[in-house]
Formats: sequence, structure tokens, C-alpha cells
Amino acid sequence: MTIYIPTPLRVYAGGQNAVEVDAPNVASALQALTASYPDLRKHLFNGDGKVRAFVNLYLNDEDVRYLPGKDASPVNAEDTLSIIPSIAGGC
Amino acid sequence: MGILHLTGAVYRAIRAHGEETYPHECCGALLGKSTGEGWRVEKSIPAGNTRTDSAHNRYQIAPAELVKIERGARQQGLEIAGFYHSHPDHPAQWSPTDFAEAHWIGCSYVITEVADGKAAVTNSFRLAGETEETKRFEPDTIILEEESIGRPGV
Repeated sequence: MTIYIPTPLRVYAGGQNAVEVDAPNVASALQALTASYPDLRKHLFNGDGKVRAFVNLYLNDEDVRYLPGKDASPVNAEDTLSIIPSIAGGC
Repeated sequence: MGILHLTGAVYRAIRAHGEETYPHECCGALLGKSTGEGWRVEKSIPAGNTRTDSAHNRYQIAPAELVKIERGARQQGLEIAGFYHSHPDHPAQWSPTDFAEAHWIGCSYVITEVADGKAAVTNSFRLAGETEETKRFEPDTIILEEESIGRPGV
């Protein structure tokens, strides 16, 4: 599958905006990604090993948090996983 | 300090967006290319503000919309260079909320003060640092590609 890397994290992924991984589900795909690019780990996960609250993961067009299987959801070679940090603020 | 190049069209569009949504905050994404010392923004993409509960002083872009914006950027050979939003009747300076909610390190956050419905000062701040723990905002110098429309920050 293809994992799309957001602008701020590309420097930790060899400058790439997309990384191909071979994995059976979302969690495994993230593990494969961070195994290849260990510097990504602290940006994606908190100290407990969970995905940071502001990091959104979209499997194709679906928020992984709302998928029945969550990060255990199966993936295939044609799927895409987008890593999207949140955008918010205000005065 | 970084340099943010904006075309006159982008500059006008993001300020007009702030006037359109006044007294609510507007928001959107900036697409462009890295220059090494900052970004050259080629397009602005307006987004919906999902904070309808407090739209006068808060904004949020739906992640699903961001996914589509980033997909569009990729297809055009552009990157997400940053984001913009407005501060209705509030200075064009980043707020504690802006800082706490800023996670796109290396990207520029453009803020326009909209006073009494009219766009006033526009400033840009680069989210510098390496991690959430060391991030900080640094002011950008905005360079307009069309000088005839006036300088930002004035």
C-alpha cells in the first residue's frame, strides 16, 4: 500500500511524499513505515506507543478511528493511507 | 526568519475570504513549493470552518477535507506550504490557541486581522522547531509577487 507523508514529516522519510509498504493492516503498515524510517516514530506516536491525538489517519477516504476494525483494518496493495496532522486554532 | 512568497491573487483571495466570513473566522490551505528559505505559494484553497460552535474565535479544517486538499496538491505537483485563517476584530498575531493547535512544523501560518469587516494586517508565522516539544512560531517576511497592491502588514 501507499502511505502519504505530510509536508512536516517528509524530512524524516528520506524526503519522500509517499512510501510503499507491504502490510496486512493499518497498524502493521505504520510499523513497517517506522521500521524503515525510525525518526518518524516520535512524531507519530506518544510515549505510550499510541498515535498522537492530533495525527489523523485516513485509509483511502475513511478516518481509521471510525472504521469497525480501527487500526486492525485490513489493507491491500491498492489502498492509500494518508497521515494528516490536524489544523485548528483561533484568536 | 523565513520568506513567504505570495502572488497578489493569493494575497487578495485570503483577505477577501476573511471579509466574506466576518464576523466568523475563515480558514484554508496554501499550496506551493519550497524555496529553501521558505515557500513560494501558488494557490490558496478555501476550506470550511467546522467550529460552528464558536466560529467567531475558533477554526478547524475537517481532516477529510485536508486529505482531499493534499491529494489535489500532489496531482498538481505542489505541496501544502501552510494554512491561513482570519482573526475577526483581533490582531494578526498568533494566539496561544493557534500555537497549541499548530502541528505542521516547517509550514507557514498566515493570519489576517479583519477589523469591522475589512481585512487589515496580514502576517505570517513559520512553525519552526523539530518536535511538538520544541516547536515555536517565528515571523515570516511576506514578499508579494505584485507590488502594486501594497505591502502586507501595513
